[in-house]
Amino acid sequence: MTMLEIIIMTLIKIFIILNIMLITVSYLVYFERRISAWVQNRLGPNRVGWEGILQPFADVFKLLLKEDIVPVNANKTIHAIAPALALFVAFTAYAVIPIGPEVEIFGYQVSLVVADVNMGVLYILALTSVGVYSLTLAGWSSGSKYSLLGGIRSSAQMISYEVSMGFSIAGVLIFAESLRPYDIIESQGAFLWNAWIQPIGFLTFLVSAFAETNRLPFDLPEAEPELVGGFHTEYSSMKFAGFFLAEYAMMIISSALITLMYLGGYNIPFIELSSIGIEGTLAVILQVLSFMVKIGLLLFFFIWVRWSIPRYRYDQLMDLGWKVIFPLSLINLVWVAALVMIF
Amino acid sequence: MAVKKREKDLTFLEKIYIPEIIKGLSLTLRTMFKPKFTFEYPEEKFIPPSSYRGRPVLVEEENGVERCVACGLCSRVCPALAIEVQAAETELEKERYPERFEINMLRCIFCGFCEDVCPEEAIVMSKDYELAFTNREDAIYGKDKLLTPVSQLQDRIDFLRKYK
Repeated sequence: MTMLEIIIMTLIKIFIILNIMLITVSYLVYFERRISAWVQNRLGPNRVGWEGILQPFADVFKLLLKEDIVPVNANKTIHAIAPALALFVAFTAYAVIPIGPEVEIFGYQVSLVVADVNMGVLYILALTSVGVYSLTLAGWSSGSKYSLLGGIRSSAQMISYEVSMGFSIAGVLIFAESLRPYDIIESQGAFLWNAWIQPIGFLTFLVSAFAETNRLPFDLPEAEPELVGGFHTEYSSMKFAGFFLAEYAMMIISSALITLMYLGGYNIPFIELSSIGIEGTLAVILQVLSFMVKIGLLLFFFIWVRWSIPRYRYDQLMDLGWKVIFPLSLINLVWVAALVMIF
Repeated sequence: MAVKKREKDLTFLEKIYIPEIIKGLSLTLRTMFKPKFTFEYPEEKFIPPSSYRGRPVLVEEENGVERCVACGLCSRVCPALAIEVQAAETELEKERYPERFEINMLRCIFCGFCEDVCPEEAIVMSKDYELAFTNREDAIYGKDKLLTPVSQLQDRIDFLRKYK
């Protein structure tokens, strides 16, 4: 392949991935509202279009037309940069997550990932850590005590949970002996998913992922009853929408990461496709579908948990992070190391 | 010192959270498929029970004459001063009738005192709760809007006879 072909192909991939992300994010908001309504014996938005299917677009237009308010005390530059940073992180992190195996399209070997980086997991970890800056900066630059508290909380929470997240991932990496997403998926295959091999690691990673995405029960940076919305108290209009979109995009990335590392990526559970005679394009389509279904179920789980479990108190959050999840992730690491030593 | 077991002390199973979280999740999952309570309002309207106090209306007999004898008690008792009655004489048996009867729906607080105090069962609270006006003049309801045939109000009148 020439350089030009590679560039064009990558641009096409970026275009497709970005569009899938944006559409999924907007419908995630819609489903969040519908599911929350169902949990509370309500109906939810069902007016705009068939069963409210056009609701996300109505929301976006409403937010676009709103007045953009910047507080007098705010640091205006950073106030504007923070949501952009959140969006940047949320949309770039997806670049290394493969949605399917390599396929042949019009005679080209195409791998279904924007950038097949050999240290993809590290890249995602780095970017999600940068994502914390957007919350902290947003809280700091707003010039409001509630926002500041929210920002500080978010940074403290991220530090606490990123440690256990890193240790959980270490368990996966020891098995895969690689940081490349494709290798991690291949090392799991259709049967030996990391969720079965290291259930404790799966659990700690899941909990850390909830904390990383600021979802309930860990949404202390927002904490509406105490902080009036936390770091985005002083945001309105499209800047607020930026944070909103970024939060949901981070949810998708977390789900994709969990799928990738613990649920066998695009592999179909307990079925080796080549052994039952399905190969070529059909196999790829099935695998992509299985990846989508796994992410969809995880996203449902995220929403479901949000509307079931109350928020932790701040000291409980720190207790859980340092005294429970962190030791558990260390135990998991020892367990994985022992497994690798024995087999 | 003996440690007393308090009610809020958690058992080991409760302390490790996960079984309790699964319980909570299963509850919300079951709730998701239960019937919904929402009325889809403009299409599907709430029909109030007969004890509901909606907009006050004047009762109109089958022959097209209002029951009201313009005694003015409702106007007197009204705590929000929403009712204005102007009496006139008539050849009918009741001798007096309201020439003008106005309720200012911006002032009305739906307390139902007018209905309580009426000796003729002439003013009752209807089931009408859709009261929207575009200007203040529209909010003053005259006799044309207040008079309602007795057949439509039978529910409320029966309720009043039973419980008043």
